[in-house]
Amino acid sequence: MNKQRYLLDYTLRLADDALIIGHRLSEWCGHGPVLEQDIALTNTSLDHLGRARTLYQYAAEQFNRLPQGEKKNAFTSVAIQNLVASGENLGEDDLAYLRDGWDFRNMLLLEQPNIDWAYTIARSFFYDTFNYFFFQHLAGCKDESLAAVAEKSLKEVTYHLRWSSEWVVRLGDGTSESHQRMQHAVNELWAYTGELFVMNDTDKIMLQEGTGVDIEAIKPLWMQRVSAVFEEATINTPTGTWMQQGGKEGRHTEQLGYILAELQFMQRAYPGMAW
Amino acid sequence: MTQEINKTNKSEWPLWEVFIRSKVGLDHKHAGSLHAADAEMAIENARDVYTRRMEGVSIWVVESKFIHASDPGESESLYDPANDKIYRHPTFYNLPDEVKYM
Repeated sequence: MNKQRYLLDYTLRLADDALIIGHRLSEWCGHGPVLEQDIALTNTSLDHLGRARTLYQYAAEQFNRLPQGEKKNAFTSVAIQNLVASGENLGEDDLAYLRDGWDFRNMLLLEQPNIDWAYTIARSFFYDTFNYFFFQHLAGCKDESLAAVAEKSLKEVTYHLRWSSEWVVRLGDGTSESHQRMQHAVNELWAYTGELFVMNDTDKIMLQEGTGVDIEAIKPLWMQRVSAVFEEATINTPTGTWMQQGGKEGRHTEQLGYILAELQFMQRAYPGMAW
Repeated sequence: MTQEINKTNKSEWPLWEVFIRSKVGLDHKHAGSLHAADAEMAIENARDVYTRRMEGVSIWVVESKFIHASDPGESESLYDPANDKIYRHPTFYNLPDEVKYM
């Protein structure tokens, strides 16, 4: 792969992360425990989806500049390959709706199901904490488009982190049932947090280029923040070191399949449909 | 916190009144009310419910139970006596034309 392809991979991963967590949170719409929190989660979901759109637009621009030969085998999806063969440029919607599971680069944590409020909070809290440090670094990167996205996202993410941190404390230091559910969710999702800090080839090359973020360096900051909130919440920080990974390479849990089935159905069944 | 909830209603969070300042320099105006478990959540809920369309730059919340209101049944004795005290209005001054918005 050349540098252009690595930048595309990097941009797509950030876009996929945003789309998948945005979709997961949007599943709460109309099902929130109280009206106010339903609106809060929907707002947050829209923050993520907004970021996904900007990043997909940027990724599409990059893709359309690739030589025809590279475009053809960039994704496994036949729907995308057909579009490329017909000589059409791809847009943000094609990248979101027409790629297959293997083409998605999102981290496994983000595709995990909502299950209950505690799981939803734990998943968001792990990701929000990561984002808080990640976007601070990305805001100073050499790629102007990514830096601009980071700058805007940082304000949103700062609020997301405040919201999810408070909920961790509220549940953890709440009733015995809420404490037990919070601790359980944290324990169950812990194995998905290792992938946040895995530097794969794309990360290494983007870091060398001055575009990517040194995510290994974020890990201690993340750990410190998470432990501090857990302490206040009377939640035990899990000590397990075995970690799941693979999302960044396109190897996903079965959960992504269900998400894509729901998310992509309309565009797959009625290509180009608009309303 | 748990005790507080039990005292009011077992299944419902307390009600809060929300006041929003729409611009710096203007006063906080009552925007509505919402449910929240504590003051921080009330401010965040207010942010999400009442300032999604850039309606505000500052939020006050107060638990509804701390608002003391006048009795509508007493409105005659409270407000009607002001009706015929026109000397309390500054309507006896001639305003110069230059003062446009008074």
